[in-house]
Amino acid sequence: MEVTDLISINTFCSHYKVPTTFIHDLKEYELIEIVVLNNDHFIKTTQIIEVEKLIRLHFDLHINLEGLDAVYHLLQRVENMQNKITSLQNTLRLYEDL
Amino acid sequence: MAFIDYYKALGVSKTASEKDIKKAYRKLARKHHPDLNPNDKEAEKKFKEINEANEVLSNPENRKKYDQYGEHWQNSEAYEQAKQQQSRQQRAYQGQAGGSGGYSERDFEDIFGNMFGGQASGRRGSGNSRFRGQDFNAELQLDLKDVYEEHKRTLTVNNKNIRITIPAGVENGQTIKIKGHGGKGVNGGPNGDLLIQFSIHNHTKFKRNKDNLYTTVNLDLYTAMLGGDLMVDTFTSKVKLTIKPETQNGTKVKLKGKGFPKYKKAGQFGDLYITYQLKTPTKLTDKEKELFTELQKLR
Repeated sequence: MEVTDLISINTFCSHYKVPTTFIHDLKEYELIEIVVLNNDHFIKTTQIIEVEKLIRLHFDLHINLEGLDAVYHLLQRVENMQNKITSLQNTLRLYEDL
Repeated sequence: MAFIDYYKALGVSKTASEKDIKKAYRKLARKHHPDLNPNDKEAEKKFKEINEANEVLSNPENRKKYDQYGEHWQNSEAYEQAKQQQSRQQRAYQGQAGGSGGYSERDFEDIFGNMFGGQASGRRGSGNSRFRGQDFNAELQLDLKDVYEEHKRTLTVNNKNIRITIPAGVENGQTIKIKGHGGKGVNGGPNGDLLIQFSIHNHTKFKRNKDNLYTTVNLDLYTAMLGGDLMVDTFTSKVKLTIKPETQNGTKVKLKGKGFPKYKKAGQFGDLYITYQLKTPTKLTDKEKELFTELQKLR
């Protein structure tokens, strides 16, 4: 993996002013993936948006880690269902003019 | 900007304690937070209202002003000064002429409406919570032909030009996210995103389902029975098809790779499905009728 695809957890936490333990907790709950390279811990830059969201839910809305775990999976289901609805609506258009 | 009753927004009474307000805010924030209500404009609007209400009502000084002056609470100091000045003028006037008059409360409201009305909409939170800026939602109307090939478009969002690449094969209803081009974050929070939803109009004779295209072509009776060649339109060109003898009405053929481009898979295309619709001859001559009758007898 390219180093440019990763951001060090220390750098990330210092920027977002959150404790590094929070990121490790997210990993424990399998909400994010941590990459270890030469004893340094990183997260993938592609995950930043999701981690930002989890930070907001935890620190702004005081949702604990168990809650985050539940909310995260429910949001994924909502997103999947929304995509499915769009896909079904597009398929329906095939038959609407018949 | 319409006046928001902050107490109503939080669902608390005017005598609610600080603890009650905090509790009501947290509960409603969890319910309406944009992260928990993706693409829900009503929730986003409600979240802004409760945020604004919390910022005012959780600060005792601001709450006191709000209770006293309502929607003009932000201009309360200027209001008081103007009131005192008016009172002084009135006293002076009464001293000189012995009459009465001056402005009513309603007049003051009008004055402040004129003087400060524009400032109220620029109000920003003074709390310490960092909030992500709001996501901007935009709809981009495109023609099906526009999304057959990748192309670039320049959009103007809040007076800024953003040049985006629209990949070939985007679908109707699909949303792409342009990170950081939404509303500005509050108290150092990150900017929101710009979410562009595509609305794709199809004015072609092809129907689309994902990367496959569907169309119907007319087939005359004789070619259907005896076989032959037929020129048919694909989305971008024409192809010659060989029709097998005794082809039935409703027969479907698949033209592999003649469909729509696959999203973000350069050089890959779906298939084109053609349904033959048999057209029987009309306005038969006597000779034709005679020959068809002969054919009928043979079967």
